[in-house]
Amino acid sequence: MDFSEINIPILIASLIVTATPLILAALGELIAEKSGVLNLGVEGMMIIGAVSGFIIGVETGSALLGIIGSAVGGALLSFLFAFIVLVMKANQVASGLALTIFGLGIAALLGHPYTGIAPPQFQSFSLPLLEDIPIIGVMFFQHDFVVYFSILASIATWYFLKYSRRGLVLRSIGENHDVAHSLGYKVIATRFASILFGGALAGLGGGYLSLVRVPQWTEGMTAGAGWIALALVVFSGWHPFRLILGAYIFGGITILQLNLQAIGVNINIAILSMAPYLATIIALVIISVSRIQGNKGAPGSLGVSFVKVT
Amino acid sequence: MRNLFKLIAIIPLLVFANIGYTADMKVGFIYIGPPGDHGWNYQHDVGRKAVDKAFGDKVETVFQENVPESADAERVMTQMALSGADMIFATSFGYMDPVLNVAKKFPKVKFEHATGYKTADNVSTYSARFYEGRSVIGHVAGKMTKSNKIGYVASFPIPEVVRGINSAYLAAKKANPNVEFKVIWIFTWYDPAKEADAAKTLISQGADVIMQHVDSSAIMTVAEEAGVYAFGQASDMSEFGPNAHLTAIINGWGPYYVKRVKQAMNGTWKGGEQTFDGIKSGMVVIGDMSDKIPDDVKKEAMAIADGIASGSMHSFTGPVNKQDGSPWLKAGETADIGTLLGMNFYVEGIEGDIPK
Repeated sequence: MDFSEINIPILIASLIVTATPLILAALGELIAEKSGVLNLGVEGMMIIGAVSGFIIGVETGSALLGIIGSAVGGALLSFLFAFIVLVMKANQVASGLALTIFGLGIAALLGHPYTGIAPPQFQSFSLPLLEDIPIIGVMFFQHDFVVYFSILASIATWYFLKYSRRGLVLRSIGENHDVAHSLGYKVIATRFASILFGGALAGLGGGYLSLVRVPQWTEGMTAGAGWIALALVVFSGWHPFRLILGAYIFGGITILQLNLQAIGVNINIAILSMAPYLATIIALVIISVSRIQGNKGAPGSLGVSFVKVT
Repeated sequence: MRNLFKLIAIIPLLVFANIGYTADMKVGFIYIGPPGDHGWNYQHDVGRKAVDKAFGDKVETVFQENVPESADAERVMTQMALSGADMIFATSFGYMDPVLNVAKKFPKVKFEHATGYKTADNVSTYSARFYEGRSVIGHVAGKMTKSNKIGYVASFPIPEVVRGINSAYLAAKKANPNVEFKVIWIFTWYDPAKEADAAKTLISQGADVIMQHVDSSAIMTVAEEAGVYAFGQASDMSEFGPNAHLTAIINGWGPYYVKRVKQAMNGTWKGGEQTFDGIKSGMVVIGDMSDKIPDDVKKEAMAIADGIASGSMHSFTGPVNKQDGSPWLKAGETADIGTLLGMNFYVEGIEGDIPK
């Protein structure tokens, strides 16, 4: 056992890569939930993003178009969900679950001819000058642009929700859609946009998996990442920064436990495998409890269909 | 959720099964993952196609992919038997008890279970001596590593996987006394993202040759990107890593499947048999060697393969100690089949514990 064999800068760099799809998917879900829509179809939207991004990437030979395609794919699937729950007023929980099942199936069908193909290479987008800083450069500044985008998107989401007028409207619709409606705000339109945004980000997370992290298409490759993203939203108390923190803790412990195994640490591996889940939940619960006290941050109208009263 | 979807996916099977067929015999296969994995399931499907080819219209084959190792497996096999299958190949370790349960209900249907150890009057098992192939690639790994660190991504701590690690280690150690093994257990046969993470971790800790006992080709892709070497698992995976791919252990199920189906047709098939074949019978095939491997290493590796095939060599030949230093095999002694089938210990020199 030799702890010096663990390469800390690379460990940090890989935890960021591992956490990025989770951050993207969870951030999209956060916006949807803040507007009052519970979309349990994250896993389905992610896998659709993974397959559509991969197909477009392979067909066009451009990883960038592939990444964009994954967001479009995720958004298209979420459009279906938005129509069902907002226009047809269907139950959100059941529709979301159905969306996941549907997404997994259709992705397997679409992706069938694409198993065993290598996608176009993704150029890493090193930040000039910063990437040359020893150690820190490897950790933070030699990633691809999706990683930076996930962080910028989190900051933008936080600013949007906290300081912008539209963000305030979105939150008020999520808290009480009847009141927001009586004040003249467009409940359905806002929620529609939020769901599409959520779908696009979940799709992006999936595309990141199939184009960058693995990178190849295989059936069922999201392997539950969508559910982890959903849990992250709740445990972060609907806060973008705590969400990033949670995703990094999760990614960090995932990578750390692999590293510990590789140097031959004598810890029960079942415990190591479960550690990422446990640690993330414990950390986020502790932070949420101490910060919010009572108000868990859940939007008041979460999961409730809006029916216009005339 | 996924299970529900799989149940729905079975419906077409039900419908097709009742249309009626003219073949003399119907043979079903169940796979744990998609045949498109270019690994374990892909090779079983190649074997199924060999049956199609060998018997033409006389035999009809059907298959169900992504069957979990749970009660779902029982449902799928029951459905196959009900819809007229005369013979069922269950191609993953975890189907063991489901196979026995279904076999009891359908005494006339012949069952073949891969890599298991429980049999019945109408259940035979078959497995390949993959560890023989691991001796060959272990030698190549030992010769090719420059950092003297070989990474190993392992699935579940079952005897088959432990056997593979030990066999590869002994061969690598013999080829290069300074070699060190780093093993990561990921507790899944098939999760490309997890496999990729594990491989990246091993590479970050200095491993420059990666071996795997998991099913997807993700590790080959990662190795190609990182500029290190890896081996094809179950199939040739060179298309995923033209530079990384050294050689592959290829599972050759075709000849066995054809033989067993023929026996079933002419009435000589017997239950309760346990087949355990290796390089000699072609159940384990060493793939093409990359031109990255120096000629002398290629020759040595092929000599090991030939030696094992002819019986003049054995992957586990003493003196070998167990990890704790206690003696296992005396000089010149070879491992008996019982110890191999139940292997639950590392040999001396491998660090870390086998998860319990």
